[in-house]
Amino acid sequence: MTTAARHFGTHLHAPGPQPAPLDIEKIRADFPILRQEVHGKPLVYLDNAATSQKPRAVIDAIVRYYETSNANIHRGVHYLSEHATEQHDAARRTVQQFLNAHSANEIVFVRGTTEAINLVAQTYGRVHIGAGDEVLITGMEHHSDIVPWQLLCGEKDAKLCVAPINDDGELLIDEFADLIGPRTKLVAVTHVSNALGTINPIRKIIELAHQRNVPVLVDGAQAVPHIKVDVQDLDCDFYAFSGHKIYGPTGIGVLYGKAALLNAMPPYQGGGDMIASVTFEKSTYNKVPYKFEAGTPDIAGAIGLGAALRYVSEIGIDRIAAHEHDVLEYAIAEVSRIPGVRLVGTAGQKAGVLSFLYEDVHPHDIGTILDREGIAIRTGHHCSQPVMRRFNIPATARASFALYNTREEVDALVRGIEKVGEVFA
Amino acid sequence: MSDLRDLYQEVILEHSKAPRNFHGLADANHKAEGFNPLCGDQFTVYLHMDGDTVRDISFQGSGCAISKASASMMTQIVKGKSRAEAEKLFARFHGLVTGEDPSKSGEDLGKLAVFSGVSEYPARVKCATLAWHTLQAALEGQREATLPDEE
Repeated sequence: MTTAARHFGTHLHAPGPQPAPLDIEKIRADFPILRQEVHGKPLVYLDNAATSQKPRAVIDAIVRYYETSNANIHRGVHYLSEHATEQHDAARRTVQQFLNAHSANEIVFVRGTTEAINLVAQTYGRVHIGAGDEVLITGMEHHSDIVPWQLLCGEKDAKLCVAPINDDGELLIDEFADLIGPRTKLVAVTHVSNALGTINPIRKIIELAHQRNVPVLVDGAQAVPHIKVDVQDLDCDFYAFSGHKIYGPTGIGVLYGKAALLNAMPPYQGGGDMIASVTFEKSTYNKVPYKFEAGTPDIAGAIGLGAALRYVSEIGIDRIAAHEHDVLEYAIAEVSRIPGVRLVGTAGQKAGVLSFLYEDVHPHDIGTILDREGIAIRTGHHCSQPVMRRFNIPATARASFALYNTREEVDALVRGIEKVGEVFA
Repeated sequence: MSDLRDLYQEVILEHSKAPRNFHGLADANHKAEGFNPLCGDQFTVYLHMDGDTVRDISFQGSGCAISKASASMMTQIVKGKSRAEAEKLFARFHGLVTGEDPSKSGEDLGKLAVFSGVSEYPARVKCATLAWHTLQAALEGQREATLPDEE
C-alpha cells in the first residue's frame, strides 16, 4: 500500500471539490525529527520557509541508494552505474511529472533555487541582456532573485527595475505592467514571498510579460511545497525551486526551462558530463539538460528529491494546501488577537508564512524566548532586506508552516508570544 | 522562566528599554559603525578622545535587547577610561559572554557581570559583543567594525 493510501484509506479516490482532511498524526509519524524534545518541551517546528523536515521515505531513499546502488552515472557499463543512472533518470521524470513539464529534458538539476537563478542570469542573461536593457523584478524578492541580476546588470551596464508593493505586501500590478518597456528583456519574480507569504498573481504577471514578448523566470522556492504548480498551464519560461523546502534533501534543486530556450542557451559550467566531445581546440556540448550539469551531480540528492515529490504527490498537494491554509488562517486569527502584535504581510492571498512584530521587542529576543519553549521560528531579515526597508523595520519574527503543523502548535506559539510579554513586561 | 531570567536580567531589560548615552556626539573625533549582517543589528559608536582617554562616548542604532543593553552599559563603563583599560575590559567581557572565562563570574567586570547568562546562548554572543567590536574599531580609527566569523 502506498503511503498516501495508508493515510487516507478509501478517501484517496473520493470525488468532490473538498479534499479529504489529512490524518496529521500519521503524517507526523512519517517525520522522525518531530518526535524530539527541545529544552524539555515538544519540538514545535515553525521554520519551514527556511527548510522543511524530511519524511522517513526520503531518508530511506538516500540510505538505500548509498547502501545498494552507489556508483557514478552516465559512465559505467557495470551494473551499479546503470542502476544509479536509472534512478537518477527516474528522479528527473518524477520532477517533470510534478511540474507537468512537457519533457524530462526541460528539468535541469542544480544545487537549489539560488543556483537555478544564477544559471539563467549567467547563460540566458549574458546572451540576451546588453547595455541599456532592463531586468524587471518586484519589491518582495529574496536576495537570490536580486543579486544575480545586479551582478549581470553591473557587467552589462543594464538596469534592474523594481515593481513596487503596497502596505499589505501585494504587488502593484498596474505599476508592474507599466514597467515592462521596450528595453525589458526578462521578468524575474517570486511566486510566493518568503518574508511576507504573499502569493503573487503569477498567471497575470506572465500574461502581461508575454503580451510584450518578455520571458518570465519564476522563483518557486516558497510555492512548490504549498500550491499546485503546472508549468505548462502557467506558461512560464523558467521555474526554479529547491528540494529542501519540499521535504527533500539540501544541495539539490531544479531549474525548469522551456526546451527551445534551454537549447539555445550557452553552457553554464564546463566539465565532465556536459560535453559531447573534447579536443584541445574545441569542445562540443551535450544536449539539454546535461549541457547544464557539469561534473558528477548530487545523485543521492536527486533520488531523495524524487522520493520527496512522490511523498507529496501521494498525499496530494491540494490536500496539503487545504490543511496548511486552515493552519495559517487559524494562526493569523489567533496571533492577531494578542495585544501588541502587528502582522507584516497581510496580502489577500497568502501561503505558509506569518511574519509579525510584538510590542517593541526585537525579533531576536522573541526567537530566543520561543526557542526555550521548544518553538523554532526564524527571526531577522529573511534574506529580504529591501522588504524590511519597505516596511521600515529591521527584522521580523516569522512562523512558517508545513503539512505536519497543527492548530495545537499554533496554540503553543501563542502561549510562547505571551511568555515574551511576561519576560519583557 | 528561571533560565530565561539568567539571560534577560532586570538590568539588561531596563537598559534595553532606556539606553544610556543613546544619541549622537557633536564633538566626536572617532566614529565607527558595526553591523551584524546575520540579523541586521546596526550600531554607531561615537568617541570623543582626549589624548588616550575616552572623554565622552555615545551610540545610536537598532538591535535586540541584548545588543542594546550591552552598548548602553559599555558606554557607561568606558567613559573616562584609557584606551588600554577599555580594550582590557572588552577582552574580559568577551571571555565572560563566550564562556572562555573559567570563573564565569565576571566579578572584576562590575555591572557587566549581568551578561554572564549569554554564554549559555551561543547564538546571542554576537549580540552582546557588537557594540564592543564597534568601539574597538573606533579606538583604532576604523570607520567600520569587522566581526569575527566565530566567537
